[in-house]
Amino acid sequence: MKIVLEHLTKKFPGRGKKNPGDVTAVNDFTCEIPDGELVGLLGPSGCGKSTTLNMICGLETPTDGKILFGDEDVTKLSPELRGVGMVFQNYALYPHLNVRQNIQFPLENLRGKDRLPKAEMEKRVSETAHLVQIEDLMDRKPRELSGGQQQRVAIARALVKFPRVLLLDEPLSNLDARLRLQTREEIRKIQKKTGITTVFVTHDQDEAMSICDRIAVMQNGVLMQQGRPQEVYDDPSSLFVAKFLGTPPINVFQGTVRGGKLFIGNQAVLPVPGIKDREVWAAIRPEGFVLQADGPLACHLERVEVMGRDVSVISSHNACTSQTLRSIISAESRAEIDMSSAEVRFSLKPGKVFLFEKETENRLRFERS
Amino acid sequence: MKRNNGKAWLYLLPALLFLIVFMVYPLIDVFIYSFEEGFNFASQTYFGTGLYNFSYVLHDPYFLQAVQNTFLLVIITVPVSTGLALLISVGLSSIKPLRELYQTVYFLPYVTNTLAVGLVFMILFQKTEYTDGLVNLVIELFGGNAVDFIDGPYWAKMFVLCFYTIWVVMPFKILVLTSALASVNQDYYKAARVDGTPKLRVFTRITLPMISPMIFYLVITGFIGAFKAYSDAVALFGTDLNAAGMNTIVGYVYDMLYGDSGGYPSYASAAAILLFAIVLTVTCINLLVSRKKVAI
Amino acid sequence: MEQQLDFEKMQRKTNRRGHVQKIVVYLFLSVWALIVLFPFYWMILTSVKSYGSYNAEHVPSFFTLSPTLQNYVDAFTTVPLLGYLLNTLIFTIGTTAIMIVVSTLAAYAFARLEFRGKNLLFTLFLSLMMIPSELVVITNFVTVTNLDMRNTFAGLILPSVTSVFYIYLLKENFEQVPDELYRAAKVDGTSDLKYLWKVMIPICRPTIVTVIILKIIECWNSYVWPRLITDDPSYYLVSNGIQEIRENGFGRENIPAMMAAVVVISVPLIILFLVFRRKIMAGVSRGGLKG
Repeated sequence: MKIVLEHLTKKFPGRGKKNPGDVTAVNDFTCEIPDGELVGLLGPSGCGKSTTLNMICGLETPTDGKILFGDEDVTKLSPELRGVGMVFQNYALYPHLNVRQNIQFPLENLRGKDRLPKAEMEKRVSETAHLVQIEDLMDRKPRELSGGQQQRVAIARALVKFPRVLLLDEPLSNLDARLRLQTREEIRKIQKKTGITTVFVTHDQDEAMSICDRIAVMQNGVLMQQGRPQEVYDDPSSLFVAKFLGTPPINVFQGTVRGGKLFIGNQAVLPVPGIKDREVWAAIRPEGFVLQADGPLACHLERVEVMGRDVSVISSHNACTSQTLRSIISAESRAEIDMSSAEVRFSLKPGKVFLFEKETENRLRFERS
Repeated sequence: MKRNNGKAWLYLLPALLFLIVFMVYPLIDVFIYSFEEGFNFASQTYFGTGLYNFSYVLHDPYFLQAVQNTFLLVIITVPVSTGLALLISVGLSSIKPLRELYQTVYFLPYVTNTLAVGLVFMILFQKTEYTDGLVNLVIELFGGNAVDFIDGPYWAKMFVLCFYTIWVVMPFKILVLTSALASVNQDYYKAARVDGTPKLRVFTRITLPMISPMIFYLVITGFIGAFKAYSDAVALFGTDLNAAGMNTIVGYVYDMLYGDSGGYPSYASAAAILLFAIVLTVTCINLLVSRKKVAI
Repeated sequence: MEQQLDFEKMQRKTNRRGHVQKIVVYLFLSVWALIVLFPFYWMILTSVKSYGSYNAEHVPSFFTLSPTLQNYVDAFTTVPLLGYLLNTLIFTIGTTAIMIVVSTLAAYAFARLEFRGKNLLFTLFLSLMMIPSELVVITNFVTVTNLDMRNTFAGLILPSVTSVFYIYLLKENFEQVPDELYRAAKVDGTSDLKYLWKVMIPICRPTIVTVIILKIIECWNSYVWPRLITDDPSYYLVSNGIQEIRENGFGRENIPAMMAAVVVISVPLIILFLVFRRKIMAGVSRGGLKG
């Protein structure tokens, strides 16, 4: 089921005397989610991504704009009529019901012509349980399950009524780091197997990048950029998106463009044809640095961290907006670093350097050779 | 941390003194009283020891009347008040405007003097030679016959007593249940909404099991409270409850101790211990049932 | 498209049902509010009707056009209502004051001081909470009588002081004050008593105020013990006073004057409640007294 969001806006009335004005949680959000894809709504906490999800679900009514499932306008429909399945952040499993009863719960709500005979219900429950692999936990109570198992029960409960759309609100945030990796693969697999259009809210860019077909990055209620994870990563449209995606985070420098060249400090570090002379933010991905003895960018060497596969070089530079900058080089080139020297020099990969306007923080594109 | 035994006991001393003199000693003493036969209050002497006091109390028609009244009161008021409080609390939590106002109003009976407001109930229900009383006028309006609820037939008096008792205990129950309802995680309701769960089903399958510990707490404290009913009855029917036939077990204890029929601390003790035994038994049964029924 | 219309119809039906439900809920809540408020209204209304007009009404009217304060004058002159109020005031202040001092000291010992047998003693304390007052009242009555303290304030107040529950509540609250504060105070050479007075009590003031208010309510409404221990009307508290008024006061017929007395007795607590509404309700839901 294709989901289309058109100019979606949600305003909450201001609370109390201190801030009487409306709070805009989501502002003019327009986006199209193709059928069968797994889409990550990504952003820092409070950016309106959960509100967006709740509007898709029907728990919140938009102040303005439209929501379409396929061709059908569902903006004013209440959640049960939309055919959505939702997994809550804390799973919201009913503590007094066992796993089987929890999964069966939504089916028992069906009335009239949708009503299922008991045998059919049981069949659906066990099929769904099989899908998420919790068949041997069916008689347990939620509190007897681990976080990952609860998560899977919650997904099963959302899937059992064959929803047109599956919505996940921060599904991994309550799990520990290891389980998170495992569970996100699980979610990916289940989504591929069922082919249900899935929207997935997270503040963890790593999570979104790794499993989503498509991500939408939000800030302050506004959709900043959307696209395939790699596209967005390789071609951020704003400084915010560039900073938000990628671990370790991107390094941001104060730079100047003069005569088609990018200057960081006093050195011309990269030719940037097609950009007028101006002050810019220059953001360089950690993997955009190349060790080079006579490279144009000279940094003060702080230390080297060995991470097995590759090496991170921690250094500092006056023009860098953060105290230290981090570059990742392959383990083999480690020998090239002269640890006795206080200086380390890099040249830059043009494809990993992004320039942004100083004021608007919008992307300035230059021609890459 | 270093132990400061002496100082600690010094801080505890006043509380301990009060508790020992007015709670621990009396607690032991009441059992002794209950076995001393024919205790004479003036001379502080008694004839012998044994179970005569209990036997006397159990054969006293006033006591049996009090037991009957108390049990009726308990059986009627506890379920009715708990159920009503549940309905009201659910109603309260489903609305937003005026909620605080309703809550404040509902709590008022808690802070009023039972004896004083009892008088208002008395004049509302009483039938005198001047007026039939407001309640009777309403009954007559609907074509019924006026009944004197204060000095009339037993069922009428029992009705007023139950009504007033419920009126008095409701604030506490509503308060406890509304805060129990408020503490249920909203995500459960959201999940139920997404699944299109009908409201009644949300209530029976989600809300009720979630707040069942609080409901059982209310039932247990409600039983204990209702078994100890006394001042509500006095408020409505005056101090001579035996004459009105509306005495309660606690009332019987106090009447034995003091008042026109008083001066028998031994009988009073025996009755108090019997009451305690009844309350303990009922509470234990309650706890056993609740252990089986309460889901979480 | 047809399906779309179908959904819209269902949605409209759901919305309509929601409205109807809202109305039913408000109606139901209002009915109970009326049942709660009506006795208060009736009591105030009756108290401002004159004796003559009240008795002339076979069908009582729901309002009066000639309100009078004569009943209030009668309430204070014909029966010693002022005396009852004063007695209750003395009883309430005395009991609450002693209770709060005794309970604070004990709670402090349990929360902050270390001594042998602390856990055992505290368990015993807690088990005392389950003792019904009806069991101990008998001996207390005999004790006070034997000590010749009937019809004295000492006899009224002393047995009413103890309340294990408040010690428990204060102890729980005291324990939330971080240990570091105590250690810091000890380093500065602060005595325990000074620490309790200067640090503990100011920090835990909300709970202490709650406990005081709950105890005041309890005292103001107490009936059984005062009834047992006082038979001299000059020591009656309001609860006993109102009972006395009912049985021997204005004569059974002067109901307006009786209602005036009831209003006078009820008003102080209602004002207290309206001022400290949140505190009282929060305190009661943490562990009610009447239950």
